[in-house]
Formats: sequence, structure tokens, C-alpha cells
Amino acid sequence: MVESIPSLAALKRHIASLDRAPARDACARFATGHAPLDDALGGGLACGRVHELFGEGEEEGAAAGLALLWAQLAGGEAPLLWLRTQGAARVGGAPYGPGLAALGLDPARLLIGTMADDAMLLRAGIDALRCPALGGLVMELRGRAPLLDLTASRRLALAAEASGVTALLLRIGGAPTPSAADTRWRVTAAPSAPLPGNGPGRAAFALTLLRRRAGSDGQAWRLVWDRDRGSFGDAGDERHDDGRDRADAYAPLSGAELPLSAGRSAADRAA
Amino acid sequence: MVVETVRGAMRLCSVDADALAIGLAPGMTLADARACEPDLRVFDADPHADQDWLERLCDGCARYTPNAAPDGAAGLMLDISGCGHLWGGDEALAADAAARLERHGLRVRHAIASSPEAAHALARFPGPPAPDEDAAVRRLPVEALGLDAADAVALRRAGLRTVGDLASRPAATLAARFGEEAIDALDALLGRGHRPLAPRRPRAAVRIDRLFAEPIGSTAYALTILEEMAAQAGERLAERGEGGRRFEAVFFRSDGLAFPLRVETSLPVRDAPAILRLMRERIDSLSDPIDPGFGFDMLRLTVPQAEKLAPTQLALEGGEARREDSVAALVDRLSIRAGRARIQRLAPRDSHMPEQAQLALPAVEPRAPESWLERADAAGEPDDPPLRPLHLFDPPQPIEVMAQLPDGPPHRFRWRRGLHDVARYEGPERIAPEWWRAKDGAIAGDGIGRTRDYYRVEDARGRRYWIFRHGLYGAEATHPAWYIHGLFA
Repeated sequence: MVESIPSLAALKRHIASLDRAPARDACARFATGHAPLDDALGGGLACGRVHELFGEGEEEGAAAGLALLWAQLAGGEAPLLWLRTQGAARVGGAPYGPGLAALGLDPARLLIGTMADDAMLLRAGIDALRCPALGGLVMELRGRAPLLDLTASRRLALAAEASGVTALLLRIGGAPTPSAADTRWRVTAAPSAPLPGNGPGRAAFALTLLRRRAGSDGQAWRLVWDRDRGSFGDAGDERHDDGRDRADAYAPLSGAELPLSAGRSAADRAA
Repeated sequence: MVVETVRGAMRLCSVDADALAIGLAPGMTLADARACEPDLRVFDADPHADQDWLERLCDGCARYTPNAAPDGAAGLMLDISGCGHLWGGDEALAADAAARLERHGLRVRHAIASSPEAAHALARFPGPPAPDEDAAVRRLPVEALGLDAADAVALRRAGLRTVGDLASRPAATLAARFGEEAIDALDALLGRGHRPLAPRRPRAAVRIDRLFAEPIGSTAYALTILEEMAAQAGERLAERGEGGRRFEAVFFRSDGLAFPLRVETSLPVRDAPAILRLMRERIDSLSDPIDPGFGFDMLRLTVPQAEKLAPTQLALEGGEARREDSVAALVDRLSIRAGRARIQRLAPRDSHMPEQAQLALPAVEPRAPESWLERADAAGEPDDPPLRPLHLFDPPQPIEVMAQLPDGPPHRFRWRRGLHDVARYEGPERIAPEWWRAKDGAIAGDGIGRTRDYYRVEDARGRRYWIFRHGLYGAEATHPAWYIHGLFA
């Protein structure tokens, strides 16, 4: 028993060296511009990590928009790559250049890859994450995506860490499974602050932090994208804010999400 | 023998020498042929497969000359000017080519002549040996001119049996009776005109061949040799200040087949490891792997397309800057593995119709300097919300809409079996079809384009959609249909 302690320590050191645990505090972060969210995450989302965004089938516009905007914030002026499958392109519609430009994303800097299936998409995703010149990667997966298991997501996370490219996994209509993602979010569209004449206003998103590798989770935020400033703002600094309408739509939504993050399985946390 | 269905009857379309010997000929019905000889071996005609096979043989003949082209349905034309001495004379080259083709079980007839037409005719109408080419051509029957069967019969009736008979007559009378084509064909056959050969492969900027004394049986070894050749090609390109946009490697198998591999890059390259990496990607993506068979006896690397590429800047710590890290290299890799059209870039297009306002172009093609940000419909005024959706459905998807007035804004709509209450809307934004192109703006199965009234709507849960009414109520349609055209972020 006495002899085994040094070997145990050596084994632990060995495992630690295999794990190559990155210095979490040192890694670069990109700020969204929404102060409460950035504060809660310690300065923003981590660059060179995998972030998962879950959205219902109905919410694909909001979820894809948020993923692209975050990828742009992470990558700055570098090109972005949006990987989709043929099935997604058939069901979800094609990316639309004028609409991208209207959100403040330059379509000339966006590459769109339409892959035959999920396996091809994951392979292409790993390749893309090994290319440090890329600004950000959005991978759109639909449904359960059984190929994206713990091993596959760990591979993505390692490739992202090595190159520093931020990966946003856009999961449309999927349920959270164990993964190596740094953060996991649920995204829905939020009612916008109306324009004069009751027209839909700037893009607004309701976010719930489902899981976070290092730190607390379960919080919910509402973000509004300000194209002219190029960052997210609080819903509060909108000019035509009507709090009553927002509260109506928002309260049942976050209430429904909270038990999910509190009562998740041990395996989920272990990932 | 091969049969095809002509006007409802199975007819022979080509027969082999044994069948010809027992009196069968193309054009007979299969039933008649079976009556002559009961145990025939019959195959269905497949012209596409024949053409494909011929093209592969033609590619294989690139070992003799870069100018090779398929000739008709069952011939190959090789321009061997200046190539014969490499094989010990023109006759030796022709004999080698014939022997190589006969190994596939083909029956080969060949002829060498100073013009393509003469060679074509001499190979198809063999005759006794002649002292020189001109005499041989003059001895050919009039059918060798390739005229209509009726014209050939008319010539024979007039007592003109050979090309020589025809050549001794004045051209004007022939032209008056048989038309300009007869004179053209005669001139070409006698070598008076000059028609260049259209080779299957255009001439390449850089070409490197490697011949092996012994065929090599391993693809991996062939690839290491290809890397040496790529380095050599890179040096030659560097001397000219160019980089290749397309590379083609051909593996010539000793039995005459050739396997071409083509890769394309989005930016000019001359870096051997980068080229080889793309080649390996290409091999991985092949549905059936390259089969060395009895081994490759020759490799060829060509650069069909090259562009200016300035000498590369050396990185500070020594060595060239790593190209494989760039996004262009990523685009090349993904395009080769997944397919050329799968990695795309969006380019603006000048059109009012929303679905025609953009083009998705393959990202490996050189990018045109077009700016999205100057477009008025994209950005709008500062401080505006997005006026165009992030996702666009093409074609638009039909929805059921309830509106208080037939030409009023939508109140509630049903899409994908879900009911959406409109909480906010803005519109209509009226987009009329481009009248100078009446088909534009038509929805599938509808024929003609109508005016569209677009609304940006937000439902009670905050989801934003772009929907439109197709047709002006009362003027263009009595019950205008509604469609959903896009999703906003």
C-alpha cells in the first residue's frame, strides 16, 4: 500500500499531462457587449472553444443569427465558415446575402459549405478548426445528430483549442447530450422592441445558459443586436421599450427552462 | 455482335469478322440473322459506354503525342508530327500503339498519312500496297469521300470508281452536280486543304513525364514520385513567376488504361507538398480506388492553367510562410473532398426580385471584387432593423393567412402546422415583377409573375418572418395566395 502511493501520484501526473488542461483564466474571451452576460462569464465567451446553441425547429432564424453574430464577434475581420447539411438547406432555406448584410455580417467574408451528411460535416468541421486563419466556424446540425457524441465533440474541442478558432455548434431541434462544449445555450427569439407604428424592431434573442464547464449556470438573458455599434445591448437601453409585453412572453419561457438545467444527469456534468 | 432497336425491329448495328464471313451485315434484322446462324452471341448497343471507352483509350494514347482526339464513333486520330523518332520511327510508333490496343481484344487497323482525312480514309478502306501516299489515296474507292450513299452510287454510275478518277475531272462540274462538300472532301483527302486536329486535351503550360523501365505496382510509391515531379513543376513555375490553378496527374497503366486525377485551387500554388495533399484528398474521395493492375509504366503531371504568382516572402524564422494555414487552402481541401460546388460564396446580383438578388458561386473560383455594403436594399438607413431575412426559402412556401381585409395586413397565419398570431407587422413593401422579364417572379406552377406585397411580421413569441401576398387583390387575383419567403434572426 505504501509503495503504491508514488506510482499513484505518477499516474495522476501522467493523466494530467495527457489531459493538457488549458489555463482557463488565461484564454482569450470576446465580449458580447451585454454587460450582465459578460460579467457572469468573466469577460465574455471564450475564444478557441466549442459553444453549443440549442434551438427548436421554429427558432432556426434566431439561433442561426445569434451563432453567426457570435462567430463574427469572435473572429473580427477574418472569414467565417458556415457548414450545413443538404437536408438543412432543403428544410431551413438558403442563407440570404442581403439579409446577412442587413445584420451587419459581410456576406463576402462568409463561406458556406453544404455537406452531404452529418459525418461529412463533422469531418469538414475538424478540418476547418485546424485552420487558424479562419475567424469562426458555425456548424449546423439538425435533429438528434447521433454522430456528435462525446468523442466527436472532444475532437472538435481539441482542434479548436489548438488553433484558437471559435466553434459554434448550432443544434436545431436537438436535445442536449454529453459533450465537451465550453458552454451550452438555449436560444429563442424574443419579442423585439417595436418601432413607431408597431413594426418589428431590432433582432432580439432570449438566452438561457444551460451548462458551463467552469462556473455557475442556469441564468437567462435577453440580448438585442445593435448593428450600428456592432455589439449586443441590453433590452433596457431600447428607446421604445414596453416592459409589459416582454414580461408576458418571457416569464413562462425561462421558467420552463430552469428545471432542465438544475435536474440534469451526472454524465452531463462529467462531459 | 451488337443489336439496337431501329423503328421497332431489332437490327444488327455492328458485327465482327466471323459474322461478316458467314454473310451477316449491319442493318439485318436479328430474326433474319438468327435464321442464318442460330447460336449468335448478341449484345445490346450502348453508344455512351462505347464513347466513354474510346475517350479512355484516347487518353491512354497521350503517351505517344499530346494531340490525340477521338475520330468518329470507332477511331482515334493521333498527330504524331515530330513524335516518331522517340519510338524509332513512325511505323514503330504505330505498331506499338496497335499492339497495345490489341491487348484489350480490339481489332485495330491503322494508317499514317500527311492529312487527318487521308489517314482516316486509308485506315478504313485498306488496299494493296502503293508506292507513295498520293497513289494510295487516288486508288481509294469513291465511298472514302464520306458522301451520301446516293451520291456515291451516282458517281459509280457515271463510271467514276476511284478518288483518282474524280480528281482528274474539272472541279466546277463536280461541284455543280454533287455540291461544295464533294470538292471539300476531295481536297482534304488529297492533302490540298488544311484542317487542324482538335485535341481532347489542350496544351498545358507545364508538362512533366516520368517513364519507368519496370512498371511500378504500388500507388503509394507512384505518389512519392509524383511529389518529386510536383517539386520540379514548382521550380519551373517559379522561374516563370507563375503558380498553377489546376493540376492534372495521369497514371498510365502498362495495359494502356490511364487514370487522370484533377485538382483545382482557389489561389495559384507551386508548393509540392500542398499539391500532393490535394491529390491525396482527391484519391480518398474516389468511389473506386486507383487500381495499379500490372503496374504503372509512366506518370505525367501537367499544369493546364497557370496564373501570375509573385515570389513568396520568406517567413522571419526561416522557410516559407505556411500556406496550408490559409483559408484558401482550407477551401481547396474541402472543395476537393466534398465537391466543387459544395463550398460557396455569395455574390450580389442586380435584381429587384428577392430570390434573384444573390448568386451562390463555388468558392474555388477567383472572387470578383463586389461589395455588398453599397447595396441599398441590404443595409437601409442606419438604426433600421434588418429589412431582409437571414434565411430565404426558394421557392417560397405557401401559408394560410387570415386577414381582416382581403388587401389588408395579415392577422394570423398557419405554417408547418403551427398557428402564429401576428403581434407586430410592418408593410406592405410592394415589389413588382420585372416586366421586361415576364417569367420572373412567378411561383412554381403559376406561370406569370404578379406584384408582391411583403410584410415583416413578428408573432406573439417573438419570431420574425417575411411573408407576402402574391397578386393585387381585385386587379391581379381574386383570391391572392400568401407565401412565407424568409426568416429573420
